[in-house]
Amino acid sequence: MWSAVGVSTLEVLRRTGCKVEFDERQTCCGQPAFNTGYRFEARRVAKHFIELFEASKAEAIVCPSGSCTAMVHHYDALFADDESWRTRAHAVAARSYELSSFLVRVLGVEDVGARFKGRVTWHDACHGLRELNIRDEPRRLIRQVREAEFVELESADACCGFGGTFSVKYPEISTAIVDEKIQAIERAQVDAVVSGDASCLMQIGGRLSRVGSRVRVMHLAELLAGQ
Amino acid sequence: MTQLSSETFDANARAALNDAQLRGALRNATSLFGKRRLEAARSLENWEELRTQARAIKDETLLHLDRYLEEFTANAEKAGVQIHWARDAAEANGIICRLARERGARLAVKAKSMATEEIHLNAALEANGIEAIETDLGEYIIQLAHETPSHIIAPAIHKTRGQIAELFTEKLGIEKTDDIAQLTITARQVLRDKFAAADLGISGVNFAVAETGTILILENEGNIRFTTSLPKTHVALMGIEKVIPRFADLEVFLKLLPRSGTGQHLTAYQSLITGTKRNADDEGPDELHIILLDNGRSRMLTHPTTRQALACIRCGACLNACPVYQQIGGHAYGSVYPGPIGAVITPQLFGLSKAAQLPFASSLCGACREVCPVKIDIPELLLHLRAEIKETSKVRDQRSEPVRPNRAEQVAFRLWAAVMARPRLYELSGKVFRFLQRSAARDGAIRRVNGLLGRLAPPLAAWTGTRDLRPIEPETFREYWRRAAHD
Repeated sequence: MWSAVGVSTLEVLRRTGCKVEFDERQTCCGQPAFNTGYRFEARRVAKHFIELFEASKAEAIVCPSGSCTAMVHHYDALFADDESWRTRAHAVAARSYELSSFLVRVLGVEDVGARFKGRVTWHDACHGLRELNIRDEPRRLIRQVREAEFVELESADACCGFGGTFSVKYPEISTAIVDEKIQAIERAQVDAVVSGDASCLMQIGGRLSRVGSRVRVMHLAELLAGQ
Repeated sequence: MTQLSSETFDANARAALNDAQLRGALRNATSLFGKRRLEAARSLENWEELRTQARAIKDETLLHLDRYLEEFTANAEKAGVQIHWARDAAEANGIICRLARERGARLAVKAKSMATEEIHLNAALEANGIEAIETDLGEYIIQLAHETPSHIIAPAIHKTRGQIAELFTEKLGIEKTDDIAQLTITARQVLRDKFAAADLGISGVNFAVAETGTILILENEGNIRFTTSLPKTHVALMGIEKVIPRFADLEVFLKLLPRSGTGQHLTAYQSLITGTKRNADDEGPDELHIILLDNGRSRMLTHPTTRQALACIRCGACLNACPVYQQIGGHAYGSVYPGPIGAVITPQLFGLSKAAQLPFASSLCGACREVCPVKIDIPELLLHLRAEIKETSKVRDQRSEPVRPNRAEQVAFRLWAAVMARPRLYELSGKVFRFLQRSAARDGAIRRVNGLLGRLAPPLAAWTGTRDLRPIEPETFREYWRRAAHD
């Protein structure tokens, strides 16, 4: 949705020596429909995703979102009665990585030559954390950013209250949850709050903006692309 | 008594969010429970191993539930227990009320039991002219206030000390005090007399051991000891999923349950009851009746995904960890089983149409799965139920009561999928959105969307009611790629 995240991801991958290709036919992994109970619709979109990426000879499929990556890793439930699609999904999932885990676990890179002047903190996006076990990777990357001062956020692993369609089905509850996050961010006295999922940033950033906070939200890729 | 319904979840939740006292009490209690749980779990090196073991035991039991139930009932009967089977709440209430009537009972003391809450036993007893007194302090408070429990293990979690002080002054006529010790002593004095006078003791069951016919009940206040030993007749109500194969299996669960529930290494009391007293002169009740309750559970057994919810040992850890529960508390769920596990079992026990909102009232953050001592994948279950609800709402002709379909949402997702499967349409829709947002965006943010656009796109109105929206950038990544980044 926000092209800066894509542009920054491309920049970081190229800087670490990767040859990057981008298939312009790609759209979505199908998660919004899947999480709302529309499996037929989710399957339709997931099949498009699988067909497209199995055509690529790339060694790795890198995605700047833990949530989308986790969805690809969980196509099982979607193709429970369809072994052939399940096998194809597994093959694509085996090559799919979330950005920070790709950099740290696969490339073994922690310093991507980034620079950011200011105090930053990290919000653990739920799906990256609990489905893909991504906890240390982004922190290691942030600690290597020149001139950036990293502070741990109180209850960094608490949900921001986004939850996809939950955020508009139950906006009051969703907002009450993000308000706890906002308070923790204000207490941390940071310039920017960084996370690995655009959806969390849309929620946290949207509320920060509404309450008139000066703290900005940044995707990890944006922080890492900065020089 | 105001009984909230799951069908009005959204309104219930909104009311809860406006209750500052409730939210303060919830914040204190859930964070304290969460902290204690974490410390207690860390005190054991093999916590993860225990969770895996516990789940394996439950899986094995549920796969052969018929066999283990037969073994349990045979061994319990050998020890002098009278076994009763109840298909649903009405049958269970019928059995208990009949037992009470046949014994001329006027007064029943009750141990804390979610199963008895599930069947609304107190109301049934009252209708039969039998007074039922809750003897767990939290339950007693709730009963005095004519409310229902808002947490599986801490029924009065939503009440502040001040509210309880006022309640005691009003109902028990004591001088107003918010000294916890004084309040507890008052409750104890009232309850001691009730124990002595009660004809019937009613309890739940935490675990039922097939191998020996033993039931185990855990507690901290000693009131369950009294309930199960003083009255002449003890009636224990248990869901059929409470059975475990071997006595030795208790070791695993005794390590997990108290730690997950209250953060204790062990509860203050553990009552192991195998049958009735051996000699007439011994202490204890003359009769022990165990009622095995189905009430929708066997339906959950049929599918491997839904079956795992029957592994639940009712520790309440998922409630404390849930960001939604932390904000709205238990009553909003309109069910005796609130929180994540409640959102999963309520629709299954009482019908999808009765609780169709509950599986959607979650951000799917997975904190519940992380703390669950028996590793129930609650997010997976929520997703399963969401799909089931959307499927049944599409079908007109069906066996169960239909779920009201959301036609607008159905159309929206149909359209969405059609766009997402066609890259050109996807790109075009981005352009349309960029054009539309020009009228809505001011100074780099889309603020409140009202009027026509809000009516056309209700999610946009719902979002911008409390949050701004960052507009999508003038150049999409695709356009950037074509212009500048292509290799």
